[in-house]
Amino acid sequence: MHRRILAGDRLVAAFLVGCVLFNYPLLSVFDRDAEVFEIPLIFAYVFAAWAAVIALTAWAVERRVK
Amino acid sequence: MLEAPVVVAVSLCYLGLLFAVAWWGDRRADQGKSIIANPTIYALSMAVYCTTWTFYGSVGRAVASGIGFLPVYLGPTLVMALGWFVLLKMIRIVKANRITSIADFISSRYGKSHLLGGLVTIIAVVGIIPYIALQLKAVSSTVSLLLSYPEIVMPNHSATMSVAADLSFYIALILAAFTIVFGTRHLDATERHEGMVAAIALESSVKLVSFLAVGVFVTYGLYDGFGDIFEHLQTHPELRKLATAIPSGQGYTGWFSLIVLSAMAFLFLPRQFQVAVVENVNEAHLKRAAWLFPLYLLLINIFVLPIAVGGLLHFSGQGVDADTFVLTLPMSQRHEGLVLLVFIGGLSAAAGMVIVETIALSTMVCNDLVMPLMLRHNRLAHEESQDLSGLLLGIRRGAIVVILLLGYLYFRLAGEAYALVAIGLISFSAVAQFAPAMLGGMYWRGGTRGGALAGLSAGFLVWAYTLLLPSFAKSGWLPADFLTQGLLGFDLLRPQQLFGLSGFDQISHCLFWSFLANIGAYVGVSLLRPPMVAEATQAAVFVDALKDGGQLGPVLWRGRAKVSDLQELVGRFLGPTRAQAAFSAFARRHGSANGVTLEADAQLVQFAEALLAGAIGSASARVMVASVAKEEPLSIDEVMHILDEASQLRTHSRELERKSSELTAATLELQAANERLQELDRVKDDIMSSVTHELRTPLTSIRAFSELLRDDPKMHLADRERFLGLIVSETERLTRLINQTLDLAKIESGRADWNGCELDLKAVIEQSVAATSQIFREKEAQVELDLPDNLPLILADRDRLIQVMLNLLSNAAKFLSPATGRVHVILRTLSDGLEVSVRDNGPGIRPEDHELIFEKFRQVGDTMTAKPSGTGLGLPISRRIVEHFGGKLWVESVPGAGATFRFTLPFADAQPHLEAAVE
Repeated sequence: MHRRILAGDRLVAAFLVGCVLFNYPLLSVFDRDAEVFEIPLIFAYVFAAWAAVIALTAWAVERRVK
Repeated sequence: MLEAPVVVAVSLCYLGLLFAVAWWGDRRADQGKSIIANPTIYALSMAVYCTTWTFYGSVGRAVASGIGFLPVYLGPTLVMALGWFVLLKMIRIVKANRITSIADFISSRYGKSHLLGGLVTIIAVVGIIPYIALQLKAVSSTVSLLLSYPEIVMPNHSATMSVAADLSFYIALILAAFTIVFGTRHLDATERHEGMVAAIALESSVKLVSFLAVGVFVTYGLYDGFGDIFEHLQTHPELRKLATAIPSGQGYTGWFSLIVLSAMAFLFLPRQFQVAVVENVNEAHLKRAAWLFPLYLLLINIFVLPIAVGGLLHFSGQGVDADTFVLTLPMSQRHEGLVLLVFIGGLSAAAGMVIVETIALSTMVCNDLVMPLMLRHNRLAHEESQDLSGLLLGIRRGAIVVILLLGYLYFRLAGEAYALVAIGLISFSAVAQFAPAMLGGMYWRGGTRGGALAGLSAGFLVWAYTLLLPSFAKSGWLPADFLTQGLLGFDLLRPQQLFGLSGFDQISHCLFWSFLANIGAYVGVSLLRPPMVAEATQAAVFVDALKDGGQLGPVLWRGRAKVSDLQELVGRFLGPTRAQAAFSAFARRHGSANGVTLEADAQLVQFAEALLAGAIGSASARVMVASVAKEEPLSIDEVMHILDEASQLRTHSRELERKSSELTAATLELQAANERLQELDRVKDDIMSSVTHELRTPLTSIRAFSELLRDDPKMHLADRERFLGLIVSETERLTRLINQTLDLAKIESGRADWNGCELDLKAVIEQSVAATSQIFREKEAQVELDLPDNLPLILADRDRLIQVMLNLLSNAAKFLSPATGRVHVILRTLSDGLEVSVRDNGPGIRPEDHELIFEKFRQVGDTMTAKPSGTGLGLPISRRIVEHFGGKLWVESVPGAGATFRFTLPFADAQPHLEAAVE
């Protein structure tokens, strides 16, 4: 039972993290004329944040809670 | 290679392949060997979300608004993180109530209302039509691009072109035909299409692969990687805007509302509801899909921006529509294989969407629009008993054709004025109107039918006014004044600045007003009056869906019905054989009573209703069942009472479960205790038998010597004294044996008295050596001591420790050879305690006996040749004493080189926990 509750809380956390990362104002911080590794900053940021949320979700559902 | 016949042949072959997969999937499903019972296939089938909007439109959107093509994929990503809650609940509700569509879901939730189901169906059909038009537009423009190959000529649809000459008309017809063979070959009570899902999963893979292929081709073939492409952003200032989230002049509101909108659309698009909820085989698949599906979205979007930039650079000033870059870039390089692959990918995206969407819509139209109308006019209830499943299929096929033709019509009317994504967003905004009624219905008991009707109607009207009508106006089918001056010239009614609200893009504008009207009306009207019986019943079933653990809800029906009537009724819609099979399966599950009795109980009636609901919708099913059963209506109090009982029952059953698990645990404990007891009993028996055996030996010799003395009065005095001496020593041995046995029994049972105190081990050793000095002197053996001063104290019982030392020393003495024997007693400090070793130079002990000597009554060595001189209990007792104080006792020995007995004891301050044991 505890295992289930913990996994559920982690999913909610992933959702909230995504909501914050994908929106104003954090988004505006990265929305400027700059590059990382020759890739426009905003493009790199959105994809990195996206991948992070996916990874977080995967971690929450696939990992067995000890 | 790209002549028209080839393109047509390849397309038809591909559609044929999809059909073959679907056919195979259906066949396997019938055999019970589902090929879609797999979380990866489930996630891939969800990717039907990516249509030609994604495949062609994203690049166009990126050209128009930079990275603004992305939020519609971030929304679903967020929803999937919560999928384990929201989607799971929807799946449970759908499975328990045999719901087959969104219209059925909403109608069922608010008291199985026909009116509500019909309204939802109309909204869904009207709302989705632009979306279908989008697919037709994408496919037809790519086909005409291919036909002009190797030239790149932008397709030019003029409104005056006759329908017969219009390519997209035929595409619509082909897709309709294909959908019909796909989805409506037979009628299933659960409306599940395993084969279709398998085909959708395949087409999802194809579109991903082909899009990635173009991406790699543009990024690494035409250019030199991401860095190279993005470098052009620096050198071409006009391309700078691509690398921003917000096109100039707009706030972040647009971005945010697209995330919200796509999240809602992802849940409530009819095709997403179909694949994610209705077609779900196993709810555990949600877990993998929660990250696999977002990963799919991420992958298919990686190359969008590079393709957009590449296309802009390549076709600069040539008037090529950005929506076609995905296809025209490979075309311009004469990369024919890739062009064909891209075309097939786009066709996949379109066909997948059209098939699932129209199947879902046709089910809605049939169950929630046409059936209720036929029922109202009593077309079905009074018809002679006949198989109606053919009629149902006919209605659905007709609906598919009509929906596709409506899509074509919209494409002809308004398709040219908008880019692909803009058309899709109109549909997204329409289905988002289902959100309040759906989510409210799942989590709020207070929502009523009136509230849902008011909310849906208000939201739909605002949507139509602010998004749909403007799309007609922009295409010239409504006067343009409508947009600029408002309805009838009222400035405040301008559809895209309603009541003067400005500063929003049109989607955010529509979302705000429609949600305000929708949620406001839904909540406001719901609060006007308490829910009625039917609403309260269904509210409980939906809101508590996760609490039952997926079981059927309480039985809320009372009345009289005949089994034969019910079976006949179900048979009319599902076919008599299927009905027969379902009823006998039910009878088997619930005991055979229902199979023979004439009177149906409430459970059977509910079962029949659920069966029918799958085929004709829950509202119609209720009406049909009512036509053969005499229902005595329940009052709201009775319903509440039953629901109350059900929830009490749930609490009781949970309590019962808890109790039973406690009981199981107690039983296990009891079993363990019992086993321990038996083990102890066995040990006791062992001891008893060995003790008896050990006692018998001295007793026998005492008796033998006594008899000798009695029987021979003339015995010499010397002999007499020797025998008497033997008798005395045997008696002593007997006493020692009994004492030690009692001692050991006490220690083992934990009843021994321990007087623990802090001791100087050196003093204990010296005292023991002094006590045994006589034995060593008799053997002429030397005892050497190596005992350092000022060692830390240890915690132990002084007398017990002396007992151990005496035992070890006398053991050593026993085996020493006379005159040459030497014994070393050494005391050493370890990191956490003291170690005492007693080393002799006797015969030593064989390695296999090292542990044996610590067992009770085991004496090794000279037992065969000489009479045992010990009791066989000294070492076991010593070991137990040492272990009691937290130490260890063991022997090290090489035969022929003496033996060393060692024991350790921890420092007094290192083991505070032992004080409790000592007391």
